[in-house]
Amino acid sequence: MAKKAKPVLMKSSMGDKVFYFFNWLFLGLMALIILYPIYFIIIASISDPDAVLAGEVVLYPVKITMDGFQKILERTDVWTGYLNTIIYTVITVILSLLVTIPAGWALSRKTLMGKKLLMIYFIIPMFFGGGLIPFYNVMNSLHLLNSMWAVILPAILSVWNLFMTRTFFESSIPEGLVEAARIDGAGEFRIFTGLVIPLSKAILAVMALYYAVGQWNSYFNAMIFLQDEAQYPLQLVLKEILIASENTTGGSGETMIEQYRMANQIKYVSVIVSSAPVICLYPFVQKYFAQGVMIGSLKG
Amino acid sequence: MAKTNAPAKKANSLQDGSFARRMKQNAPWLLMVFPAVLVVFLFNYLPIYGVLIAFQDFMPGDPILGPYTIWVGFKNFTRFFTDVQFWPLMKNTFILCILGFIIGFPLPIIISLCLNALKSRKSAKVLQTIFTAPHFISLVVMVGMLTLFFGRYGLVNNIVAEFGGERYSYFLENAAFRPMYILSSNWQDFGWSAIIYIAALSNVDPGLHEAAILDGASRFQRVIHVDFPAIMPMVSVMLIMSIGGLMGVGYEKALLMQTDGNLQVSELIATYVYKKGLTGVPDQAYATAIGLFNSIINVVLLIIANTTSKKFSETSLF
Repeated sequence: MAKKAKPVLMKSSMGDKVFYFFNWLFLGLMALIILYPIYFIIIASISDPDAVLAGEVVLYPVKITMDGFQKILERTDVWTGYLNTIIYTVITVILSLLVTIPAGWALSRKTLMGKKLLMIYFIIPMFFGGGLIPFYNVMNSLHLLNSMWAVILPAILSVWNLFMTRTFFESSIPEGLVEAARIDGAGEFRIFTGLVIPLSKAILAVMALYYAVGQWNSYFNAMIFLQDEAQYPLQLVLKEILIASENTTGGSGETMIEQYRMANQIKYVSVIVSSAPVICLYPFVQKYFAQGVMIGSLKG
Repeated sequence: MAKTNAPAKKANSLQDGSFARRMKQNAPWLLMVFPAVLVVFLFNYLPIYGVLIAFQDFMPGDPILGPYTIWVGFKNFTRFFTDVQFWPLMKNTFILCILGFIIGFPLPIIISLCLNALKSRKSAKVLQTIFTAPHFISLVVMVGMLTLFFGRYGLVNNIVAEFGGERYSYFLENAAFRPMYILSSNWQDFGWSAIIYIAALSNVDPGLHEAAILDGASRFQRVIHVDFPAIMPMVSVMLIMSIGGLMGVGYEKALLMQTDGNLQVSELIATYVYKKGLTGVPDQAYATAIGLFNSIINVVLLIIANTTSKKFSETSLF
């Protein structure tokens, strides 16, 4: 992928200049459309809530205040949710790697017994599922309702990720190396832990990130499986803060404005507080994410 | 590393080795794959077995196959087809998916071609980083941002009011639901979906471009005649995949965006399944039947897309 079309020595024509100009204009505009809402959330969170409500905050913060951040520090539900999410995410990542990586390695072995059958076994759920209600009933009969494991266990294996891992192993671990280790007398487990894992940091990183972001951002399973608010993950707490009030309409304009005034700042702040870890981490790990998509695309 | 000439011999002895020998190698592998088999069995196959209740008169807590199971055939399905909600649900789901597809499918392709046509690699990288970032915003936060921007006293209404316009409750109007849903989904994901095409474009043979330049092709002509054909196979694969997932629209987001005001267009098959099956007085057999109907449509669409693609081009998924 390093090969790049080098501009051949030739003056770009007038037509090309126009093309490059519009190309830049279009992409610049798209970047603005992405960045402005994020920028606005940031400036609104540190501005006076009245100024935000009055529409005075558009391009820069007005009457800078850290009140919102102070208020969110007092919200125990947010921090309980934060802690829960961190716990759920860490456990999900550990278990998912333990399940996905060895399985991916086994499925990448050409002489694996019943390989074809196993592949079909894993492919079917990609295209057909039982749906929400049977899934709920299964969780119920496994006695997982109201337990954090209801949020964690279904998230520890994505078939898509499993196939990505398999493709990675097929294309990046030289067969000769494995054979050599085998001749040296290493068993299959020894080969996996001693040879394969150290060579697979990229796929470990990609998978850890995929599973982590998935769990960090999910709300639905927690919503249907958890009843105890003390177990709520961050996204479910955020749902109450961010969305519940918009949906309960009614009330006259005046009380609505008052509601808005009170709630608005905390909303802007909670968006930032909850997304900060992912967004801050993102530029550093971006190459791994992109790598993941590309590994996935090898097989089409 | 040193013993590079030995493997061939060893591989041979493995191939015609005894069953015990094969087993010795396979046992660890099968053990490695077992946890994954178990997880898929529990959370994917058990629910597939559970769809049997769609053909039963089922009360929560009943065993799926027991001595007192009452089979009702397709009654739950015919009940859905005659439900007053049937056509609105079908219509809402289809329109949202089709509109989302029409806008969401070409945009990443266009973006990837534009990024690839930039002269500066560095700006392309920076832009790509910016474009991909919103993918990592959660659905809850995304919908929360929509309420902040499009709420009655949100930024959009403030600007409109500034210019003397009327305030508009976007979240309480049927007409605003689809545009908000689709545009925000695209805002989040066009950059992410473009990565796969960008990867394909980085593999285009530079020689093709040089030849085209010698032939006097402009940069724009090269985008159309060199770059675009190069990602065409990837485009077909993505096309099949997205047609297969057409009816599997992100109902988790629709659920978050629903209000009493926009329910007429925001109620989708999947959100209806959730409400019928898990809220109020649950009617699980009925909800399961609706869900099953939806998955079957998906599988049929996927097969149609796959066969069509096989017929007209080289690409197919299976």
